[in-house]
Amino acid sequence: MDMTLNSLGRKVPLELPGVGSFAPYMSPFSMLGQPGTIQGTQMHMRRPAPARSKVVENIEKAVELSGLKDGMTISFHHHLRNGDAVIPMVLDVLQKMGFKGLTLAPSSIPDVHDCIADYIRSGLINRLYTSGVRGELGKLLSRGELNIPVVIRSHGGRARAIEEGSISIDVAFLAAPACDPLGNITGSIGPSACGSLGYAMTDARHARHVVAITDNLVKYPLNPRISIPQYLVDSIVCVDSLGDPKKIATGAARITRNPVDLKIARDSFRLMKSSGIVEPGFSFQMGVGGASLAVAKYLEDYMKEKGIRGSFGLGGVGGYMAGMLEEGLFDAVFDVQSFDSAVTKSMQEDPRHIEIDASWYANPFNAGCIVHNLDCVILAALEVDTDFNVNVLTGNDGVLRGASGGHQDTAAGAKLSIVVAPSFRGGVPSIKERVTTVTTPGETVDAIVTERGICINPRREDLLGSALKSGLSIVDITALKKEVEKLTGIPRPAEFNYDKVAAVVEYRDGTLIDTVYARKS
Amino acid sequence: MKPCRTMLYIPGDSPGMIQHAPVFGADSILLDLEDAVALTEKDAARKMVACYLKDYDFKDLIVTVRVNGADTEFFDDDLKEIIPCVPAAIRIPKCNGPEDVLAADKKIEEIEKSNSIPVGKVRIHAMIETAVGVENAFFIASACPRVQALTLGGQDLTADMGVQKTKEGWELFYARSRVVVAARAAGVDVYDTVWADISDKEGLLKECRSIVGLGFTGKAAIHPDQIETIHQAFMPNEKEFRKALRIMEAAENAKKEGKGVISVDGKMVDAPVVARARHLLELADLYGFERSGS
Repeated sequence: MDMTLNSLGRKVPLELPGVGSFAPYMSPFSMLGQPGTIQGTQMHMRRPAPARSKVVENIEKAVELSGLKDGMTISFHHHLRNGDAVIPMVLDVLQKMGFKGLTLAPSSIPDVHDCIADYIRSGLINRLYTSGVRGELGKLLSRGELNIPVVIRSHGGRARAIEEGSISIDVAFLAAPACDPLGNITGSIGPSACGSLGYAMTDARHARHVVAITDNLVKYPLNPRISIPQYLVDSIVCVDSLGDPKKIATGAARITRNPVDLKIARDSFRLMKSSGIVEPGFSFQMGVGGASLAVAKYLEDYMKEKGIRGSFGLGGVGGYMAGMLEEGLFDAVFDVQSFDSAVTKSMQEDPRHIEIDASWYANPFNAGCIVHNLDCVILAALEVDTDFNVNVLTGNDGVLRGASGGHQDTAAGAKLSIVVAPSFRGGVPSIKERVTTVTTPGETVDAIVTERGICINPRREDLLGSALKSGLSIVDITALKKEVEKLTGIPRPAEFNYDKVAAVVEYRDGTLIDTVYARKS
Repeated sequence: MKPCRTMLYIPGDSPGMIQHAPVFGADSILLDLEDAVALTEKDAARKMVACYLKDYDFKDLIVTVRVNGADTEFFDDDLKEIIPCVPAAIRIPKCNGPEDVLAADKKIEEIEKSNSIPVGKVRIHAMIETAVGVENAFFIASACPRVQALTLGGQDLTADMGVQKTKEGWELFYARSRVVVAARAAGVDVYDTVWADISDKEGLLKECRSIVGLGFTGKAAIHPDQIETIHQAFMPNEKEFRKALRIMEAAENAKKEGKGVISVDGKMVDAPVVARARHLLELADLYGFERSGS
């Protein structure tokens, strides 16, 4: 395999057999600011006979009608989270129908779907394009046992790849929590309501053929919301259930009580405040777990106290953000993916809760994605390094166990990107000399907040100045790394088989930012 | 000495929490070998705490240890293992009278001597958590020079008194007042009991303001999230701060000029007022008050 070094000193392939050629990563915006346009995919025209229903008997029939053939590309969305049963349901049918060599290109893979490994082994799937890989599948790929090319893309990067044709979806199988007989779909109604269908919206628009799979066929016309319109949907299959409602319809995530996370959250908020960014018209994105969500609590109290009304919240939206919208702390919320179905009421009833597709959210190659308007984003990390690079994909052991998600998109777009991480987890330090895998370049990370101090990227002298003026506990990242290593020691780095590429990691612009190798056996 | 407003309880068998102790901004911590540790884990917790005291850098945190009561089989072993590690103080539960303090003092002194530790180095924080302890508070506080502080244990005390502990805290009003006066009379610090409802910060702040008003020098915290609220209550206001500056300035001038009488804003002030002003300025330093421009 022909390899080259990218600007971060990471060896990346110039070509991935069976996938295509890649350019090495250069800088966060090296591909942007170009005049003119590039040719993307064309809309797929269809010429069906007029009909009053698109419902077919079963998945087999829908597959037959789709014209799916060996070697084609299929997609799914991951909005049903760990409650999803649609991906295994469809793959099982395709396996039984004898398909081979398909490219699986879901928006991401829910943690529970270890079965995908079996379908790779059986030959049903021979390429994988996803945002993340976890669980047994990640372990098998990292052991080099599943010999297929894997391309990891961010949510914005995937939307770009679909629109430019790097991912050419032949058949999209879309779980539809509510669907009418002509294929109008939404995710905000029904027993399997999940909230936004942002990633599915992108797939539906660009797939050659779209199959809706629903457990909630409603009378035409679906109302009051339509997320995916009927003219994009070719057939509908009714099933008993889209999955486990308990895992789909999760309640709103609660603010952590973990003292370390709370300390990190409080300091992150103080950093935001000291930067002067929390002003009327402010825009914000946060994660749903641990310290990231807890930042919102401090932010909410402050905005209320000072009477600050922000412009918009973005995400990855959970019940907490929806609550802030309801309280009038933001003018609007843009929702590409709902973290918990506690947001469905807000989506249904509040026109300011706006469902957006993946391209609108984060595609760098359109006329303007929302992440580029963000003032501040709070992001998590598995590990960071002294150059502020972030890894959200591989564990300390080098095994694939994460997802790129919107990390690199929002870090690049936001004026202030704060990465929150405990300085060590389970005795393993989070700050490394070099992260195992770069998913987000340090050039786009302004600060790393740990419980043992705030590290500010030397590129942001202004931020350092305001933080020091506010009396925040600022620490040099190399000094903090040493302090933590005094407690934890320095773990032996994972050893890799550099002859065996387990996955390549795209930057959002399609260049390669890093390579994940199989572990040395 | 740096004022000690907060004392954060950390279970002695929780290395995950102990290792993070210096990051939360508490003035002091209490590594607990008593109520927070199950009977089956007593030995492990004792060894764990000893290891941390010997090898861990707690930075500028004041580290104290609550041992099991003298009426338990663990008391002697706790002292034998912990005293040689020289924590700032040992908290002795259920001190009912001066004899309890003196008995502990004797045992600690023996261990200090046999480990070449200056006698009196490890201080005693005497815990008042019975009705008889409240009545004997002054005698406990002044039992020996090793006593550095009285600490009120509200849960056990209300149980001993046969009453409910309430958020309003009227059932503890007398005990708090009595213990504060006893501590002040003996010239030792005095810490208030914990606020149990972690989620109720408003209630915590209200209680803190009330105990600051009574004269407590610090308060125990059972969650790091309570520290900031407790510190908020101890923060001097600007007016008090400015006045304390004037008092200290007048006191220094009087000293220089050899005058016995100190006058501030046209009023005479005496030694306790000066002492309070000094303490207030030390507190103000913790909050970053600027002394210049006064």
